Amino acid sequence: MIKGYEVVVGLEVHAELNTKTKIYCNCRNSFGLEVNTQVCPICLGMPGTLPTLNEKVVEYAIKMGHALNCSINRICKQDRKNYFYPDLPKSYQISQADIPLCQNGYLDVIMDGGEVKRIGIERIHIEEDAGKLLHSDKFDGSLVDFNRCGVPLIEIVSKPDMRGSDEAKAYLETVRSILKYIDISDCKMQEGSIRCDVNVSVHKPGTPFGTRCEMKNVNSFSAAVRGIDYEANRQIEILEAGGVVTQETRRWDDQKGVSVSMRTKEDAQDYRYFPEPDLLTIVVPEEKVRELKETLPELPNAKIVRYVESFGLSHYDAAMIVDVVEKSAFFESCIDAGCRSPKLLANWVLGEISKFMNEGTAIEDTCLTPESMAELVNYIADGKISTAAGKTVFDIIVREKADIKAIIEEKGLAQVSDESALEAIADEVLAANEKSVADYLGGKTNALGYLVGQCMKASKGKANPGAMKEIILKKLAERG
Amino acid sequence: MKKLCEYNAYELSEMLSERKISSVELTKSVLERKEEIDGKINAYLFTDGEASIKMAEEADRLIASSEAKSRLAGIPVGIKDNISTKGIATTCASKMLENYVPVFNATVMDRLSRAGCVISGKLNMDEFAMGSSTENSYFVTTKNPFDLTCVPGGSSGGSAAAVSSCEAVVALGSDTGGSIRQPASLCGVVGLKPTYGSVSRYGLVAFASSLDQIGPFGRCVKDVALLQDEIQGHDPMDATSANRTYSSLYDGLSDDVDGLKIGVPKEYFGKGVKPEVAEAVMNSVRELEKRGAKAVAVSLPSTGYALSAYYIIACAEASSNLARFDGVKYGYRAKDCDGLIDMYEKTRSEGFGREVKRRIMLGTFVLSSGYFDAYYKKAKLLQKRIRQEFTDAFKSVDVIVTPTSPSEAFKIGDRISDPLAMYAADICTVTVNIAGLPAVSVPCGYSAAGLPYGMQIIGRKFDEQTILNLAYAHENAFGGFRRPKL
Repeated sequence: MIKGYEVVVGLEVHAELNTKTKIYCNCRNSFGLEVNTQVCPICLGMPGTLPTLNEKVVEYAIKMGHALNCSINRICKQDRKNYFYPDLPKSYQISQADIPLCQNGYLDVIMDGGEVKRIGIERIHIEEDAGKLLHSDKFDGSLVDFNRCGVPLIEIVSKPDMRGSDEAKAYLETVRSILKYIDISDCKMQEGSIRCDVNVSVHKPGTPFGTRCEMKNVNSFSAAVRGIDYEANRQIEILEAGGVVTQETRRWDDQKGVSVSMRTKEDAQDYRYFPEPDLLTIVVPEEKVRELKETLPELPNAKIVRYVESFGLSHYDAAMIVDVVEKSAFFESCIDAGCRSPKLLANWVLGEISKFMNEGTAIEDTCLTPESMAELVNYIADGKISTAAGKTVFDIIVREKADIKAIIEEKGLAQVSDESALEAIADEVLAANEKSVADYLGGKTNALGYLVGQCMKASKGKANPGAMKEIILKKLAERG
Repeated sequence: MKKLCEYNAYELSEMLSERKISSVELTKSVLERKEEIDGKINAYLFTDGEASIKMAEEADRLIASSEAKSRLAGIPVGIKDNISTKGIATTCASKMLENYVPVFNATVMDRLSRAGCVISGKLNMDEFAMGSSTENSYFVTTKNPFDLTCVPGGSSGGSAAAVSSCEAVVALGSDTGGSIRQPASLCGVVGLKPTYGSVSRYGLVAFASSLDQIGPFGRCVKDVALLQDEIQGHDPMDATSANRTYSSLYDGLSDDVDGLKIGVPKEYFGKGVKPEVAEAVMNSVRELEKRGAKAVAVSLPSTGYALSAYYIIACAEASSNLARFDGVKYGYRAKDCDGLIDMYEKTRSEGFGREVKRRIMLGTFVLSSGYFDAYYKKAKLLQKRIRQEFTDAFKSVDVIVTPTSPSEAFKIGDRISDPLAMYAADICTVTVNIAGLPAVSVPCGYSAAGLPYGMQIIGRKFDEQTILNLAYAHENAFGGFRRPKL
């Protein structure tokens, strides 16, 4: 709520699907290859060529439909959206107009505080991507790379159910996470494999929705947040000054942090949609629709709830692990391998493991296995080695296949929990630090930490810090 | 002595397999005929004698090694210039594609090449198959071999004229609203528009995707059956191609029409159709009745709306199909342009001819927001009704017979400035495309001036056999193709 106005947001997310081949031809669907090498007469729209539908695209889109609780239109069609642009070789895009493959769904988004917000899903439809314009100083004019032409896309259109940029961000992150969990998109923002258009309007609660503006060219989730905030403020300023918001399409300039008008409703493009005569009606058998629903994996929201409820993780930690498919998969493998402390394990996954993953190393590229990780965590959980000793072991088992028990013995990392040994150390330290003992007994409780630290030092780090502290406390109490 | 190019394909096929002639001799004969006569006819846009002879040599080797599996091995085929031929110009008779050489073959071309056919050349047409006279060709107007001052019909006028004047043994054309049958009728040859989906459209430069169909021309029914056998069949590259088994029409040919029920729809014999044409067709029907067929009156009441529905659907699809010719990737690009929009506008204004631009504008209009429901949607509803009327009619008859063209060939220049009069030439043929049915046109008489009339035989979906059988019976009873005096 800004100045008494509620911000209303609707989002259109375009996600490139990670099918092996393009949507209407057999060209490879992959990013970053030499320009105009992944092309054929069909995706170049050469005269006389015809599209044939890649059925995987329909399956992938239905999976997303199920994940977003949509009803599936088993019988639907494809339509032509006509407009001229050099990156669109046929001068029309094959898309879906009045009958999308999926519609009327919803997505529950868990906000940072843990509360759940339900966002309506208007529709999901399939379409083809266009090429890309390139500009070079060496060339007077523009060049076109057609590699991306015909890459399959789904467009996910939400209802205007978000109230502000934080909900929009949470929605986008959840959508991305689902796309990755059902493994239908690579979701690489920097490669443009997921993009969005943002619809924003503002109104005073209790009054009808305001006039909306659509913002194009929003290339990252953080840009979406900035764009929504900017646009909401712009509209509120107009209204506060007694003006009227005009319905228009605007372009978000993330570098300048402003939106700029592209076209108003009056000169909106007429895409002259009509049914694509080169393709047949899509008919998906009922069994197929059901089968796709059954093969859906556990979705991220359900995972977060399960991690909190079954493993006792904090919502924050659970969300952090679930956010990355590989982390979550490894976490669960370690549990399956017999790890007895999910909470300690979570610390390792979000600490040391995330550290090397952020540097670009995948878990599979290391020698770490769910079994070795589970074993290591169990050693720590049982108090057999300290966390610091655990780090030493971890650094070794990441690099090489090694027996953890052997490392602990060889390096003398075993933690001392034996009471008599710990008592001997305590006596020695207390005797050598009479001043601190006096301080503690005089009420300076932070002297305790110093004393425990001295004991750890004396044990060369091998003492079990918890047990050590207990013994010191007991001995101090005896003196007091 | 009869020249090789004057024989029918089925006769030549036997002569080739018995090694009485070679494909090289035959191909040379066709090319010589082209040299001799095409200056008058203008059927061909492009020939490459050397390349054709090479293909003929290859065919002769194939035949000699007994590896030839097709009856058409070694037979030269003329190709309408909107069918994509790898490495050979495919202009669609448009300035827009004057210098366009495809990098891929249409599926029908791959099939003909596998069969060992020889390409005799690329044939003239109305620009992008839009027209009924070839006068819309950017390059040249083809002349009717029966009267050089008359049109050969269109849009496949080059194909019809080449076959009629023996410049081609057989030829391929395409038919969106009558573009095979009407020129076949005007040039006195046989032309088949197959069932939608029976011949792959892959590589046919699209005019109206839901109506276009490639089909054969020949001087006799047998030749048309032979060529159709070669090009029909399922193609995974064309989603609208029908996945079913296709049997040989040539092997199935029979002139026994005893008991066959011929539907005669009154709507095709009244207003707009010349009485002489109607009479010629009825004559043929009576002739067929003598052979045991039965004529039955049927009604197709929505016929009067078909032409409007056809031009709405065809133009709508064309406006989108032809949008790719924008000067960006291939073909014509205007010079001295001021930015992208100016380049689009100039390229398309200069690259397309009047009729093509007229249809793009019509199609753009009927699809535009606010008009879509009033035009396109209504036309699609009418299409449904016309289909239903045919289905109903075929419950009581086996074939339906009508005139192909409402008149014999008209004079060059007579209708070119009156688009509605030109569109009326399609009045008897468009319903067949709208309903997706097969139909064949056969010569059925001549005007006082010696210009051919054509009879159209329409069949049930995928029932090419029955209409060809009736055409064959008619040919045997009536005499069929007569050579024009040139």
